[in-house]
Amino acid sequence: MSIAKPGRIAYINARVLDPASGYDGPGEVLTSGEEIVDVGRKLFDGKLPADVDVIDCDGMCLSPGLVDMRVQLREPGEEHKESLKSASEAAVASGVTTMVCLPNTNPIMDDEPTLEFVARRARLLALTKVYCYGAVTKGLQGKELAEMGLLAEAGALAFTDATRAIADAQVMRRALQYGATFGLMIVQHPEEPTLATGVMNAGEIATRMGLSGIPREAEIIMLERDIRLVAMTGGRYHAAHISTADSVEIIAKAKADGLKVTCDTAPFYFALNELAVRDYRTFAKLSPPLRADEDRQAIVEGLKSGVIDAIASDHAPQDSDSKRLPFPQAAFGGSGLETLLAVSLDLYHNEHMSLLDVMRRLTLAPAELLGLQAGSLAKGRKADLTIFNPEEGWKVIADNFISKSKNSPFDGRPVQGRVLRTVVDGRTVFNAMPAEAKHASAKAR
Amino acid sequence: MRDLAFPHRHLLGIEGLTPAEINYLLDLSDRYVDVNRSAQKTSEALAGRTIVNLFFENSTRTRTSFELAAKRLGANVINMQVENSSVSKGETLIDTAVTLNAMHPDVLAVRHPDSGAVKLLADKVNCGVVNGGDGSHEHPTQALLDALTIRRRKGKLNGLLVAICGDVLHSRVARSNFLLLLTMGARVRIIAPRTLIPSAVDRLGVEVFTDMAAGLKDVDIVMMLRVQNERMRGSFIPSVREYFHFFGLDREKLAQAKPDALIMHPGPMNRGTEIDSDVADDVERSVIREQVELGVAVRMAVLEVLANNSMAQNAKGALGRTGT
Repeated sequence: MSIAKPGRIAYINARVLDPASGYDGPGEVLTSGEEIVDVGRKLFDGKLPADVDVIDCDGMCLSPGLVDMRVQLREPGEEHKESLKSASEAAVASGVTTMVCLPNTNPIMDDEPTLEFVARRARLLALTKVYCYGAVTKGLQGKELAEMGLLAEAGALAFTDATRAIADAQVMRRALQYGATFGLMIVQHPEEPTLATGVMNAGEIATRMGLSGIPREAEIIMLERDIRLVAMTGGRYHAAHISTADSVEIIAKAKADGLKVTCDTAPFYFALNELAVRDYRTFAKLSPPLRADEDRQAIVEGLKSGVIDAIASDHAPQDSDSKRLPFPQAAFGGSGLETLLAVSLDLYHNEHMSLLDVMRRLTLAPAELLGLQAGSLAKGRKADLTIFNPEEGWKVIADNFISKSKNSPFDGRPVQGRVLRTVVDGRTVFNAMPAEAKHASAKAR
Repeated sequence: MRDLAFPHRHLLGIEGLTPAEINYLLDLSDRYVDVNRSAQKTSEALAGRTIVNLFFENSTRTRTSFELAAKRLGANVINMQVENSSVSKGETLIDTAVTLNAMHPDVLAVRHPDSGAVKLLADKVNCGVVNGGDGSHEHPTQALLDALTIRRRKGKLNGLLVAICGDVLHSRVARSNFLLLLTMGARVRIIAPRTLIPSAVDRLGVEVFTDMAAGLKDVDIVMMLRVQNERMRGSFIPSVREYFHFFGLDREKLAQAKPDALIMHPGPMNRGTEIDSDVADDVERSVIREQVELGVAVRMAVLEVLANNSMAQNAKGALGRTGT
């Protein structure tokens, strides 16, 4: 399948948001082929060159495309829950131009052929860019190291055992040491498994509902242990989806101590608390579990202060058969891709963060963590763009998701922020811009 | 018409019930106690109605109690013992609910090993549902029969001091009981080793004790809970021997309670584990057999109210009006 190479395209009348340069204001972007060739307040001074296609953004926001650093792909292995195609279509409709997938597929991404399979399938789809993490341990069993060096050469951006914690301290120590040999980052699901035998956050709500609890300490203890191992080994460590107030403090201290430690969180953990599971709502059964509101507020503060580097969707598609079960039996995980931008924009609408800062956590920050040349509008970068209206309100209706799975804990929630166009390598892969606007731009020429 | 004194379609738990609703069910139960003690025990109150006992967990006592209650009201009763293996056969709880619903039962009495499962099922059927125990969540008819037992003996619930002793962490009986007793104005203490006390349980209004002598001091009621054997082998408590030594109810510990304190147990008892036979069989103090007797009366009251509400609801539905 060959795709026509895009020509020169001018995006005019935009509110340009570029976290890399710190610019938030009116502007224009010129792309040629796959790349950004110019960005400025006024590039054309009203005289557009004849060979340029014009896209009139009508005052809407134009930012680098979202880089979602935590997505569970179900292909290969569980295509009834999500395929690369359905995830990619959901991603581009949500402004995500790069997604980085966990290795807990079947087969597991602990060898080169599986990584290459995903990369090839993604190339053929030519929608969002797809990268993968490699497994830290063979079969995600937490015992023997996977071939991290070779997997990195085959394209793995960083290493993780996905939804399983690397629980054995000796294995974690060696993973950090071995990873440091090649400059590889270890991404941990920070949860002590022997404490995390419950099904929701431990506390009053769990006691009322008669559900077994997962104490906050399961996350806190694992983080504290890991930070010690990072100090011991000099390894590069990233904590995924942190969910407690103490976690923010622990990461802040590790950073202050000069350790190579970073972290992310997901919209679930700054937009919801444990009350979402009342009435035994299995869509809100997540891992880590939704916590008390004090923890949720601390996660917001962690984002504001910058202790939490990035926001990831933590997309975990589950089919209805895995969720329409008694709460203790239901699968963990929430669909996150299609609500990533809109729910994150709550941070802006609630005046916790500037729009530019929210976009930084969704674009440049995760790109830098993973060493990707993305999340920036600098000249010469790939033209991965998102055009969105941050104000447009809509209601999350999970049944309307493009993703095969509808397990959104945000179902029914009113949100603000609508993606209008998504561009990958200069090519529009999603377009919901009003037809009149396109017409108007033609006239402007 | 729907029973205005108890307008709920289901009885899924004690949480959310008002004191007036609880008293109403207890008053109705009280009348059935008298009926059950008379020669003519059966009535035609639910003649032609169908009650299904749907048990996903082994139970002899509760199922028999529901069955007897339904039969005394003249209803048709079907017992379905669904082994947990049916889940592995592929039929989900929701499939089971939909299948049963198609048979037009009036009330389902459901027990399930998972917390919340009875609510999940209730959301998918048109009939009334009574929770016969779901996981570690609630067992409302047990709490009602315990309250009835206490009220008949002590003449009130308000102001009494009640101790609930044992495996509170895993006990639906404990949850329903303290919710009911607190709603009715009693004071509740729970007494257990820390490993068997649910987190933040004090926020629900109970007082927490870890010492039997201190916790039983001056109480009016001693409720013992059953301790499951599988929790006795080192995971939550080191051994039966040690548990009985510190938390088993014997004469010596009981001496701390009021002289006329009642001893209760939801059964089946582990004699020598949580309760000494000598205490359990004390005719002056133990009301354990009475609890079983009153259980039938309580379930008659609950089934009658729910069956009538279910009929009222479905009649409204048949007329095309929206139910509430």
